[in-house]
Amino acid sequence: MKLFRFSSPATFYPLAGKLIPSFAVVATATILVGLYWGFFETPDKLGGTNPQKEYYRIIFIHVPAAWMSMWIYLVLAAYSAIGLVFNTRLSFMLANAAAPTGAIFTFLALWTGAFWGRPSWGTWWDWDPRLTSELILFFLYIGYIALHSAIDDPRRADKASALLAIVGLVMLPVIFWSINCPDPNQCAALHQRSSMSQMEPNILWSMLIMTFGLWMYSFVAIFMRLRSIILDREADTTWVKELIAQEKR
Amino acid sequence: MVEFFSQGGYAFYVWGSYGLGLILLIAELVQLRNRRRTILARLGRLMRVQSKTQGGRRQSET
Repeated sequence: MKLFRFSSPATFYPLAGKLIPSFAVVATATILVGLYWGFFETPDKLGGTNPQKEYYRIIFIHVPAAWMSMWIYLVLAAYSAIGLVFNTRLSFMLANAAAPTGAIFTFLALWTGAFWGRPSWGTWWDWDPRLTSELILFFLYIGYIALHSAIDDPRRADKASALLAIVGLVMLPVIFWSINCPDPNQCAALHQRSSMSQMEPNILWSMLIMTFGLWMYSFVAIFMRLRSIILDREADTTWVKELIAQEKR
Repeated sequence: MVEFFSQGGYAFYVWGSYGLGLILLIAELVQLRNRRRTILARLGRLMRVQSKTQGGRRQSET
């Protein structure tokens, strides 16, 4: 069936290898453009209801990293579900390959948030709903990776950790709506509700470009990791043996 | 230039954020490259050992 043509590790391995350089070029270019725009074409200070000084420029890495942390988790859970339903090896391998990159972005979102919170709110950390739920997302990534590596049989490890990933999906709406504070006097939410149309256009665009750049980067990292996972788990197959024999020549 | 690096006195926070981002992404790429090299080397060794033992068996059979 044509739909499943690239769903076998043997066909996806060379395809991923061909795609990696293009993703790397696009990622590098967009990240550089985003950083230049963000640092040189934006105002130094923000006025309005929420005055911010130069430290607000952390936004160009903080928001993209936080968005990617949630997006990669969604991708991880989706591939886990596809793997459980269709019993396709490649889906589980993709989920496996995505987890460490997602964990890195989650950690980066928390870290840059602390570095923003210190000058802005006067504290590195607070048990605010959004910060807490993002921290739980980080633990979910770690739990997924740990559970998978704790089970020796790879097929059982795939299924058990896929189930964990799907259950953990409940955290995404919690993170997303954790800013819904109807009355600021009743509950304190450090992240305020904001809409893209209210943002200064230069800041908005640099942020969106950086998000795209980090997204392209995650393709590079995840495909590289996927290729190693495929080689590892398909080591006994003839196509991997032929591939190794060819590389030696 | 100095003005750019000082970021209005918030250099520690701004570069502390971007610095860790850069370190994490580069470290991930280096780790991935090393992992691939290790696997290829291991599979190559495995192939050599297998072809040697097969060759040995063939010699003993004749």
